[in-house]
Amino acid sequence: MTNLRKPGFVLGLIIIALAIVASLAPQLLATHDPFESVATDRLLPPSAQYLFGTDNLGRDLYSRVIYGAALSLLSASLAVVVGVVVGAVVGLISGFVGGRTDFIIMRFVDVLIAVPGVLLALIVVASLGFGPVSLALGVGLGAAGSFARVMRSQVLRIRSEEYVEAARTLGVRSPAILVQHVLPNAARPVIAMAALELGTAILSVSALTFLGFGAPPPAPEWGALVSAGRDYVATNPGLSIIPGAVILVVVLAVNRVARSIGGDE
Amino acid sequence: MIEHGSGAKVGSGANAVDEHTTEVDDNILVVRDLHVSYATRSGSVAAVRGISFVVPRGKIVAIVGESGSGKSTTSQALIRRLASGGRIDSGSIEFEGRDLGPMSERELRSIRGGRIGFVPQDPSKSLNPLMRVGDQIAEALRLHLKLSKAEAATEAVRILAEVGLPDPDARATQFPHELSGGMRQRVLIGIAWACNPQLVIADEPTSALDVTVQRHVLDNIDELVRRHNTSVVLVTHDLAVAADRADYVAVMSNGEIVEQGTTEQVLSAPTHEYTKKLVESAPGLASKRLTPSLTVLGEQQQSSAGKLFTHTRPAQPAGSSTASGAVAASAASSGADAAEATNILEVSNLVKTFALRRQGGGSQVLRAVDDVSFVVPRGSTFSIVGESGSGKTTTARIAARIASADSGTVSFDGTDVTSLSGEALRQLRRRVQVVYQNPFGSLDPKMSIEKIIAEPLRAFRVGDRTHRAEVARELLEHVSLSPTLAQRRPTELSGGQRQRVAIARSLAIGPELIVLDEPVSALDVSVQEQILQLLVDLQVQFGLSYLFISHDLGVIRQISDHIAVMRSGKVLEAGTAHDVMSNPQHEYTRELLEAIPGQRAK
Repeated sequence: MTNLRKPGFVLGLIIIALAIVASLAPQLLATHDPFESVATDRLLPPSAQYLFGTDNLGRDLYSRVIYGAALSLLSASLAVVVGVVVGAVVGLISGFVGGRTDFIIMRFVDVLIAVPGVLLALIVVASLGFGPVSLALGVGLGAAGSFARVMRSQVLRIRSEEYVEAARTLGVRSPAILVQHVLPNAARPVIAMAALELGTAILSVSALTFLGFGAPPPAPEWGALVSAGRDYVATNPGLSIIPGAVILVVVLAVNRVARSIGGDE
Repeated sequence: MIEHGSGAKVGSGANAVDEHTTEVDDNILVVRDLHVSYATRSGSVAAVRGISFVVPRGKIVAIVGESGSGKSTTSQALIRRLASGGRIDSGSIEFEGRDLGPMSERELRSIRGGRIGFVPQDPSKSLNPLMRVGDQIAEALRLHLKLSKAEAATEAVRILAEVGLPDPDARATQFPHELSGGMRQRVLIGIAWACNPQLVIADEPTSALDVTVQRHVLDNIDELVRRHNTSVVLVTHDLAVAADRADYVAVMSNGEIVEQGTTEQVLSAPTHEYTKKLVESAPGLASKRLTPSLTVLGEQQQSSAGKLFTHTRPAQPAGSSTASGAVAASAASSGADAAEATNILEVSNLVKTFALRRQGGGSQVLRAVDDVSFVVPRGSTFSIVGESGSGKTTTARIAARIASADSGTVSFDGTDVTSLSGEALRQLRRRVQVVYQNPFGSLDPKMSIEKIIAEPLRAFRVGDRTHRAEVARELLEHVSLSPTLAQRRPTELSGGQRQRVAIARSLAIGPELIVLDEPVSALDVSVQEQILQLLVDLQVQFGLSYLFISHDLGVIRQISDHIAVMRSGKVLEAGTAHDVMSNPQHEYTRELLEAIPGQRAK
């Protein structure tokens, strides 16, 4: 609760809240239809009517950024969920079962971590087809390795805690011990890491959509918006800079809040 | 000193430095109205609230108190080494007539270690693991006495000899991990006395040590005090240690000194309620086995009916209805209703070895448990006493079927359970439960108290959720805790309360035998006594048998019917509590008995 007294944390929360509203109910924030082009209002600078200006087809950039939040943030969130779930399950099993199983699983994890995340995501997207969901799967799998490692180290720590042995001597079965004792106590560092990972995932997803691996145009993904502005960077730099700045601000906000959740200060 | 330690007397004590010759007023340390507080998130918390005492030259003053009493804060404040957030709010600490309060860090540094020595509590953490012990003593000598390297090295060896380390030349070149806990504490005492200080502050110097070692270390401190005419502030939770060693005692509670005076006065005629309670509950000073309290005996007559969780006991229909109740069923059939075995637990010829890796390759076998046999008669308390490394805990773990033995048998209620595994072993848990030493570690911090207590019921699918909640509340009352604690988490409870919760949990499923592994060692003495009384009451109420493990003969004496003394994996002596205590046969038992602090008080 003391977090709420810190201005950075509060600002972060407000930005995240806005981003969530934008992804769930963009019509509340948008001022125009993101797909409607007004031929006479092409490449306008920011003004009261068009907050972020307009693009080369005369669409309102502000509204496109707002509508883009849904695709960008949802696929980033999905990526984190995939990473956490896959990583946590693998880490949990590996740490709890131990022995040979642990050894084999962790060698696979080592391989997973050795492959650069973006490359892994590209492989997944290339084999599953372009689109926000396969993008999320790719980015998520890339992160799963680190989650597995964190989860496993937590499980190893908790497995030797006295209350786990106590539960065993009380007659609690192994699966119940795993669910009732190990998982709740191992969760916190993993959740903190997931929160931090969300920022990274937003960046990865944006990077891949910038490269064109996301939803096909005219869907307004953030990375795609930055990419679309590239052609006009000399005359209208705002077209790329503004969506880029939005990505930056949201990632910073997510990281700031994540840091507090992790108790890292 | 202390009882008239105010007004004019203290005033003259402050000038002691100029008047060494006048023996009477020669106080090395005068503390006046000292207030210390800690800054926390929710504001400042007073830890020491206006204490005054004096330490005369060459005398030992014990500050006795339980955890949270402010005794350690006091000892840290004396050398201005408070933990972060700590602050001396007011009052003065006059050492040799000079107030340490306003002194600069620089001046203080020359006093600490030089004029005032400090013996820390935990010898395993207080030495630099990468430095030879001789060098660590020499460091203090070179810093404060400006000795040359060679002089300091020679002096360090002399000091090691003085604190009673055998073969000091060789010891000086060893690293801390090569020494035992007792030897490490002697090294720390050597460092404290190295520069011939006027005052030594010893914060629980022997709490981490075995009793027989504790005795020798305290003897060593006594000797140094006499030889060097040093004053000592001995901070301890153990009134019995204070009784044996101190000239004056100050009893602290809630940041205040509630009583002070000569050791004799405080112990023989305590005036404050708290001191009285402390004197009564000190295990070293108490001498009898606890008897069930009267209220319990009254309840006993009208029990059985109406008690929710007695229905869960295996002896009753509800218990045997479990289809897979392998042990319960087989025990019932083999017992053939005729009579329960008179011994609830019999272990014979247990052996457990561990392979130790030696430094130079190769391995050595440690016989942690070496041919141990004993029986626990139904409804009684069998205790195993021994010091660290004696194998007592390993024995208990094998008896409780947590660990397995290399050879030997464990039989429970007439049935051999040595090689049970899987579901059969799980069913044994209905009848044998364990209470662990550390109530901070054995309760899952994420669970509510109610869930913790009901966990065994849930594991064995006894009753529905509401029934289990009711049982948990009832058990809370049985262990004298308020049912309003049910929704709290373990972290919100004190150590004693947590141990009560652990005991309640072990009772939930209605076991017949409870293995108690040092259940009171982590608790304050006054709480220890309450928990032991609770155990004695519950034993009568529910007809329980106990296998009780402790290093503390004082505690053992309060609860046991039978005692086995263990050392190096072997049972040296076993018999009824009375025989072992009053007529010990083995020399080691006698040594243990003599090492119980508090002898002088008797």
